[in-house]
Amino acid sequence: MKQNISRRDFLRRLGLGTAALTGAALVGCDSKKNPVTGEPTVALGEIPTDQMTYRTNPKTGEKVSLLGYGCMRWPTLGGGSARDGADEIDQQMVNRLVDTAIAHGVNYFDTSPAYCKGLSERATGIALSRHPRDSYFVATKLSNFAQSTWSREASMAMYRNSFKELQVDHIDYMLLHAVGMGGGMDEFEKRYIDNGMLDFLVAEREAGRIGNLGFSYHGDVKVFDYLLSQHDKYKWDFVQIQLNWVDWKHAKEVNPRNTDAEYLYGELASRGIPAIIMEPLLGGRLSKVPDHIVERLKEAEPQRSVASWAFRYAGTHPDVLTVLSGMTYMEHLEDNLRSFCPLKPLTAEEMEFLYATADLMMEYPTIPCNDCKYCMPCPYGLDIPAILLHYNKCVNEGNVPETSEGEEYRRARQAFLVGYDRSVPKLRQASHCIGCNQCAPHCPQQIDIPRQLRRIDRFVEKLKQNPA
Amino acid sequence: MLRNIRRALAVFSIIAVTALFLDFTGTVHAWLGWMAKIQFLPALLALNVGVIAALVVLTLLFGRLYCSVICPLGIMQDGFAWFGKKAKRNRYRYSPAKNVLRYSMLGVMVVAIVLGIGSLVALLAPYSAYGRIAGSFLSPLWMWGNNLLAKWAEHRGSYDFYTVDVWLKGWVTLIVAGITLVALAVLAWRNGRTYCNTICPVGTVLGFLSRFSLFKIVIDTSRCNGCGLCARNCKSACIDSKAHAVDYSRCVACMDCVGKCHQDAISFRLAKFRKEKTPAPAPDPSRRNFVAAAAGVAGAMALKAEEKVVDGGLAVIEEKKIPLRRTRIVPPGARGLRHLSSHCTACQLCVSVCPNEVLRPSTDLLTLMQPESSYERGYCRPECTRCSDVCPAGAILPIDRADKSSIQIGHAVWIRENCVVLTDGVSCGNCARHCSVGAIRMVKSDPSNPGSPRIPVVNEERCIGCGACENLCPARPFSAIYVEGHETHRII
Repeated sequence: MKQNISRRDFLRRLGLGTAALTGAALVGCDSKKNPVTGEPTVALGEIPTDQMTYRTNPKTGEKVSLLGYGCMRWPTLGGGSARDGADEIDQQMVNRLVDTAIAHGVNYFDTSPAYCKGLSERATGIALSRHPRDSYFVATKLSNFAQSTWSREASMAMYRNSFKELQVDHIDYMLLHAVGMGGGMDEFEKRYIDNGMLDFLVAEREAGRIGNLGFSYHGDVKVFDYLLSQHDKYKWDFVQIQLNWVDWKHAKEVNPRNTDAEYLYGELASRGIPAIIMEPLLGGRLSKVPDHIVERLKEAEPQRSVASWAFRYAGTHPDVLTVLSGMTYMEHLEDNLRSFCPLKPLTAEEMEFLYATADLMMEYPTIPCNDCKYCMPCPYGLDIPAILLHYNKCVNEGNVPETSEGEEYRRARQAFLVGYDRSVPKLRQASHCIGCNQCAPHCPQQIDIPRQLRRIDRFVEKLKQNPA
Repeated sequence: MLRNIRRALAVFSIIAVTALFLDFTGTVHAWLGWMAKIQFLPALLALNVGVIAALVVLTLLFGRLYCSVICPLGIMQDGFAWFGKKAKRNRYRYSPAKNVLRYSMLGVMVVAIVLGIGSLVALLAPYSAYGRIAGSFLSPLWMWGNNLLAKWAEHRGSYDFYTVDVWLKGWVTLIVAGITLVALAVLAWRNGRTYCNTICPVGTVLGFLSRFSLFKIVIDTSRCNGCGLCARNCKSACIDSKAHAVDYSRCVACMDCVGKCHQDAISFRLAKFRKEKTPAPAPDPSRRNFVAAAAGVAGAMALKAEEKVVDGGLAVIEEKKIPLRRTRIVPPGARGLRHLSSHCTACQLCVSVCPNEVLRPSTDLLTLMQPESSYERGYCRPECTRCSDVCPAGAILPIDRADKSSIQIGHAVWIRENCVVLTDGVSCGNCARHCSVGAIRMVKSDPSNPGSPRIPVVNEERCIGCGACENLCPARPFSAIYVEGHETHRII
């Protein structure tokens, strides 16, 4: 059976199905759900407002929604995400998103002084302050984006400013931001230990101005291990880690600095520390997967979106407190609400199926470029994002041939090479990269750009030298 | 009937040869490559005995059939003449042969070949003249057409057509081709095969042979009423109807006269051997001066290389300039400068098929329009042997990929002043990275300092002169590494 329905359409159908199911299960439930009208465009099925799955914070007993709102990608007036452009944040839309989220049971909002060029906290604060303080938990961070903020004074100022911007007198979840990044252990000590800030935050927790204290972790696993070894001293209330169905076993292949989520989650679970999940979609890469992977996932669940697998996967782990998603658009929010209202956990077979899919995907890894253009302009004229995106596109469309013969090779080779010349002018192609490495430090994805360009260049060279 | 067969064959030939010059994908050559190899002069220069013998036999059997159905320049002229005949019927008349001019042009050609003056050979060779016209004027149109299709294909998400660069390969060749085209068009329009019977050395040689051919145009005097219709329709101006004589050295066996004769007095048949009467030469100043024919107009057809569109977020890329090379570079298979210049007829077939934008016609006086290589647009890629596959004259001999990787056509030279490692203070090594034979290594610029920037050094013994380093060098407009050609190619 061939189903040619749009993503939006089938999300609607999916929501309808879930709604009908839960409606039937809850006897006497005063449901506001639309009945099936028979008109396909109207038969959207409203997202239930009372079906959100919650997890309990073991320390405070508070119920946290399994879907958490990541506030790093607020929409802008220009229609993009405030993370990428210089555009002003669309506060009206932020308010609507927050209202919708809260109306459907989302109660966890995660921001930081660094997000949206430093404007996320204010926008989040404005939107949240329109709701009762006990209807949401707010999370923010002691960020470490610039060395100028590492002194005790600057750190205190940052901390105090968060209260002001968020318009609150206590912060529910406070994080040390991205420990393990950059200089690893050494940087961590300079940022949080030497200036006494960690001790200060522990004291603030005792004073009640911080509800829960934790850290978000990227990069050097030594810092993660060290902090967990100090659990008795600091009593971490939660830890934020990167977890998704690819990172579970393949984190190193995606980014050599990362550590498999299986290990991170296991360490937390063994200590009873709840995990907060970031990058459940691996920066969007688990919704834009290669065609053959889409086919595989759709074959298993024709009516579920590719992205929903990732959210259900993250939510299925029992010691996860909340799964963060940076939702720029209402469609993102609605899509995710349908995955969590309520969560239908993955079965053991489904988990195995995803791991097998991840293995398959790792055979054709794409480059985690999201076209932010921070690396540009290349002083030697290369169009770096265009090259990387062309490569990814070919990976996703199955045009990166493995063998070097046969009709399939001939077709894929033609598509790759012709498409390459179309996407990137010859003088801006990877063969012109001299490896000066002026681009790589600007890459927020920490892509080793010269290395990737060289790899693509070698691949192109192989294709050119081997006509079918 | 005979005329229609001749026309059908001629149409096939000119389409086939033209296709060779238009096709940039290399597919047509597999099927029709032989069309270039049976051309008289290239075959002669390639010492292709079989082809020459076959053409001689053909001529001894049927006269100058070659000029009517194989030579693309002859067929092209017939095309122009056909339009001329539409404008004015019965427009030709008999004129005596210009033997002095013919044989002196043949002499010039022989001397040019013996002395290896490639430019003169190139100017006189008929097939090559056609090749230059097709390459200069038809090929760009073909490629623009292709580019339109490519745009459409891109729109549809198809990869069946791809865009190709249309660029001006050489002014001189363009102008020469333009002058040739206009002069021949005018001459053919007015007087038919004037060029073939006065200038063309191939025509002269075959004309000499065709006098002895077995089959000929024969006038039956018992039937002829002397109306002269045949003479007025003879584009070779070789029928003296009054004397009932045909100058077989000029007749190209086009069969036009056979059908024109109302009396059925003319036929193409096995001729009796008889003593030929050569009409007395009478000077006729009205119809030559072909060399002087002015035709600068064609030069105005400006071919401009496609410009790159530059976006705001991209650094501007300066165009590369051609470095001053002491010795020019010629493609592998050419064996060296002397072999190439003594065999090449400058037909531009290799230039037309070069997919890497490396080959272009020379502007040097002695090797005018013969191919030479330069690497500012692309480089001589390891998998490509197209020019050696197509050359009909044996100037670029067939080689395979393995041969190519071991033929040294030149060597790379490093220019310290241009190298970005030293001028921009960045690490580079793009030349070394792309050297297919590992001839370039990156070494310390200061031997006493292990941390000093790495600069390229060339192992001249290994370098084959492919130009990847020159083409991919980031220094602009002049590369920091460029290739010097070798007079004689070496196998390494």
